[in-house]
Amino acid sequence: MTTTTRKTYWHGVRDGMPFLLVIVPFGLLFGVVATEAGLSVLETLSFSIVVIAGAAQFTAVQLLSENAPTAIILASSLAVNLRMAMYSASLTPHIGGAPLWQRALVAYFTVDQSYACSIMAFEKNPTWTIPQKIAYFFGVVSPVCPLWYIATLAGALLGSAIPPAFALDFAVPITFLALIAPMLHTTAHRAAALASVVLALTFAFLPYNTGLLVAGLGAMIIGAQVELWTTRQKDLA
Amino acid sequence: MTQIDPVTLWTVIIGLGLGSFGLRFVFTGIVGNRAMPEWVLRHLRYTAVAILPGLVAPAIMWPAATGGTPDAPRIIAAIVTVTVGYVWKNVLAAIFCGAASLYGAIYLLG
Repeated sequence: MTTTTRKTYWHGVRDGMPFLLVIVPFGLLFGVVATEAGLSVLETLSFSIVVIAGAAQFTAVQLLSENAPTAIILASSLAVNLRMAMYSASLTPHIGGAPLWQRALVAYFTVDQSYACSIMAFEKNPTWTIPQKIAYFFGVVSPVCPLWYIATLAGALLGSAIPPAFALDFAVPITFLALIAPMLHTTAHRAAALASVVLALTFAFLPYNTGLLVAGLGAMIIGAQVELWTTRQKDLA
Repeated sequence: MTQIDPVTLWTVIIGLGLGSFGLRFVFTGIVGNRAMPEWVLRHLRYTAVAILPGLVAPAIMWPAATGGTPDAPRIIAAIVTVTVGYVWKNVLAAIFCGAASLYGAIYLLG
């Protein structure tokens, strides 16, 4: 590492640190919930290392415990992760020129936190070279991702010791509602969330949890349409 | 609770890992600097709010733990969680208040 990349690396580490307040409890919770659903400690840890995406992991575990078919579990969890494609698209103009192996590593470590920090830092520091940007990205990743694995492991070890009387079946719904609520900052987001609930309850009778896919697709379309409508209203005003 | 089949489990772990990597790599790695059409981005913006509420809505209305009968503590906890998360925009505070109201309501209402 040269001096300039070392500087942006540590800049990234500093920016990533505050996220430990979110990552650690969230990882612990995933470990507990997954072992309560019947996964072994090894299976739970593998989930966090192979997939490294909290919301998608919770979705998969919830559907696994409902005995949904494999294809539905994969489709629903990947739908939750579609935003990663958006992150990937928006990082490309900044680091698209890096060597392939670096871009592959960046892809694996693209999570909400590393993306959010990087895109803000890259836009604030347009003079950074590609190696400096890559160093910053891995700086953010350094505290965040290893702690995700460790917290999952700790939660899994802890989870096998928690008795079922603690109503942990409700940990996943509460976590998701807590994640969704702060996202409801526009009319379009609120409309999409409401449509998702109504459609999911209406189509709950469909076999193999396909109602969730219907609800997701319908709610995405409604969100996009409401966004178009509200921007048109603003343009008219 | 029924046992999760290990073949299904590992298919999900590996499939989801590969799929998630694919989604993360598709632009940085393969597409390069081309811009995505606006209508695609517009739909992608709503994927999380479109899927997650639908995933938990049946679990809130018809919880497996009560055999599918709606119960007050879980509905109260859901309302508290959403309200705290929406007003304070703080995920951890919402989880904490939601869990506290769930246990409180179970204790008070039985």
